[in-house]
Amino acid sequence: MNPKPLEGIRVVDLCVVWAGPFATMLLGDLGAEVIKPENPHVWQPMTRGAMARPPKILLDRSIAWAGALPDNELTPRPWDHSPTFVSLYRNKRSFTVDLRRPDGMDILRRLVAVSDVVYENNATGTMEKLGITYDSLREANPRIIMVRVPAYGSTGPYYNARALGVHLEAVMGHTLLRGYDDADPSANTAIYSGDYLAGAQGAFAVMTALWHRDRTGEGQLIEIGQAENAAAMFTQAIMDYSLNRNVQSAIGNRDVNGRFPCGVYPAKSPGTSETMDDHWVSIHVETDEQWRAFAAAIGSPAWAADPRFATNDGRAEHFREIDAHIADFTREREDYDVMHLLQAAGVACAPVLEASRMFDDPHLRARDFFKRQTQQTAGTHEYVGPLFKFGETPIEFYQPPVMFGEHNDYVYREVLKVSDQEFESLRAAGHIATEYDPSIP
Amino acid sequence: MQALDNVVVLDLTHHIVGPYATKLMADFGADVIKVEKPGGDIARQLGPFQGNEPNPEKSGLFFYLNCNKRSAVLDLRTAAGREALACLARRADIVVENFAPGTLERLGVGYDFFKTAKPVLPLVSISNFGQTGPYRDYKATELVMYGFAGEMYSMGLTEREPVKMAGTAALLESGAATSVAIMGALFASKRHGIGQHVDVAISETHFGGVDRRHATAIAYQFSGRKTVRVASAAGGLPQGIYPCADGYVDFTNAGLYPERVDDMLDHPDWNQDPRFQDPIQRLDPFVVEEWNAYFLGWMLERTKRDVWAEARRAKLLCGPLFTVEDMFTDDHFRGRGFWTSIDHPDLGRVEMPGRPLLMGKGGWALRRPAPRLGQHTEEVLREAGVADAVIAGVLGKEVAR
Repeated sequence: MNPKPLEGIRVVDLCVVWAGPFATMLLGDLGAEVIKPENPHVWQPMTRGAMARPPKILLDRSIAWAGALPDNELTPRPWDHSPTFVSLYRNKRSFTVDLRRPDGMDILRRLVAVSDVVYENNATGTMEKLGITYDSLREANPRIIMVRVPAYGSTGPYYNARALGVHLEAVMGHTLLRGYDDADPSANTAIYSGDYLAGAQGAFAVMTALWHRDRTGEGQLIEIGQAENAAAMFTQAIMDYSLNRNVQSAIGNRDVNGRFPCGVYPAKSPGTSETMDDHWVSIHVETDEQWRAFAAAIGSPAWAADPRFATNDGRAEHFREIDAHIADFTREREDYDVMHLLQAAGVACAPVLEASRMFDDPHLRARDFFKRQTQQTAGTHEYVGPLFKFGETPIEFYQPPVMFGEHNDYVYREVLKVSDQEFESLRAAGHIATEYDPSIP
Repeated sequence: MQALDNVVVLDLTHHIVGPYATKLMADFGADVIKVEKPGGDIARQLGPFQGNEPNPEKSGLFFYLNCNKRSAVLDLRTAAGREALACLARRADIVVENFAPGTLERLGVGYDFFKTAKPVLPLVSISNFGQTGPYRDYKATELVMYGFAGEMYSMGLTEREPVKMAGTAALLESGAATSVAIMGALFASKRHGIGQHVDVAISETHFGGVDRRHATAIAYQFSGRKTVRVASAAGGLPQGIYPCADGYVDFTNAGLYPERVDDMLDHPDWNQDPRFQDPIQRLDPFVVEEWNAYFLGWMLERTKRDVWAEARRAKLLCGPLFTVEDMFTDDHFRGRGFWTSIDHPDLGRVEMPGRPLLMGKGGWALRRPAPRLGQHTEEVLREAGVADAVIAGVLGKEVAR
């Protein structure tokens, strides 16, 4: 079997929530060994779930992606089952250590000495309080690469602002740039696209720094100011302001380049949005030629032959009228039928897929996209597959979503080579555990 | 020295996803040779344009995505074009392309062509739905892609249609993901001598993406529960998007930290009501509504910047809703040196977002503006040792500049 691209690289994952763990997941997928030190005495409220031992009603009431449980049962180890955690912790290893104590910090130092990368995205000040800085890591390993992801960077007036993806996106303009064109911005759902961008670029940055280290032998400190990083996503709006001093605002599902029609239309639905069974189909016509193909595909209705709609300028002027006609066409049809019909005519179209439906999609099945994984306490489920298909070094899910402390033996005995005696004394001191301290709610 | 300045990228991509991925390479030093078809990258036709006048050398989108690259126009339908491409491939470290699947094979320049030119040369192919499968040839735009593969279904109001992100955010996300695939393929090639074809389906970069989609899928697998479409509307104590004197501010999970909220508000009498402190009563929608009424009064007396300053002091998760103008002119980002600018022969001095991240060594640099169409055709072909006759053939075919 071919070696994986990052085989032999070890990453220490001091990450929380989403942006950091996404980066280290991508590195793990490419073959790096990602090791997560976890503290059995401290709960971080947005990484392995809201609480260590949440009341069931809290999970039942929370949005599914935050609170869904295997078989809707509260297990003794809910921290192993938070969907957001599970979605980011395949191909990683977990061991426990209390970094607030000197002997715990000594363990981290020993791990860093045999690692290549330390990745952290905690609130500003958290690492400093523990005494973890680039300089302290460099003492343990001069070649270490450290990545930090402060929300607004480590300098400037906002350096210590707390933020999730949704907040820094608001500051970078996204919340006012997205959403319905006729509703108050509070109609926007909380999203985390900034975590996607920073996570992906974090993995890119690590590999770029490794490339540099291969050439020079030098490690380094990388700072991803997450807000600055997110700006790229709003390129059109930013460049419009830069070039023209034009301040863009929300245009719903319309095309930022003004090609019409472009929208989301109702399809035949087995239920309602209350039961999450409403179906929608998105359609985007980009050229006059595609418009003619679209009209023919839907049976050349009289309205579509209206000369006002023949050019994009005309369609732009009358788009609401056109949208109403299209909705009349799509409303009684299956979303997949509309997709196949329009795609056959060369028009971009697809269902707006509620997540559960992707498991029934024939294309994803044909590409063998899903991966079956068994986590000891959650059982066997189908998981969304990797982001890329590498021909000769395929991404494999060799480690299911990691359980708390699952690799204590591996990390302490094989990586750090601690003696049996030291292992026992660390266990007795409360560093080595497979559960959170019972005092943590 | 920049980290990637010993890397040559043969870049056959156009539009947004591929060019953003190769932009990251170029910004960290790679020599990105952007091969454009006669007529150029489609992004040259997409705005915003300076002065709102379409002009292939004045697209702000194209400019941002293609700084630091060199442009060579090759017509791959011609023998000269393909021969020049083979020469470029031999001195490249990686090839990236995003033609419709099957296009390169039809032109005779598929993976085998590159493998023959240089066995360890990886080819990263970007497409909407992948190089295989029943939707291989299906079209997608940002809306269609994000609706299908991203977590758009649950965005918006329950009683209305799902609504997407702004602009082409989903494509830029996929571009960032693709930069990871490119670096992975480079490591496999350089460290292990493995050349290969990498299939990047834009759809799969979203199905597996961190912004909720992967978690909604697992939530369903675990429990059968689906993720409802709900807005962030103010949910209390505080949670969600609230109006203030000059706009809006977003709060998350502030209810987990009542003492910090009280600190932010500077301990007003109204907030000391025992019902607002009691964890059970705080769940009562009537109590929340009453609290919100007080809180709205506090908000409406303050600007978004004032509210955020108080929230920062109290260590709450919070962000004001800035316009692009607010952000563009903000002292924080100006002071950090985030913005950058460079001269361009047609656009003049252009200001734009600078480094996406700070590397202590070998980091980001802006070396050259986006290329004019075909500006470097002859230069890069000569560097690659392309025979004079072939260069003449290529330039003869090219639209004269």
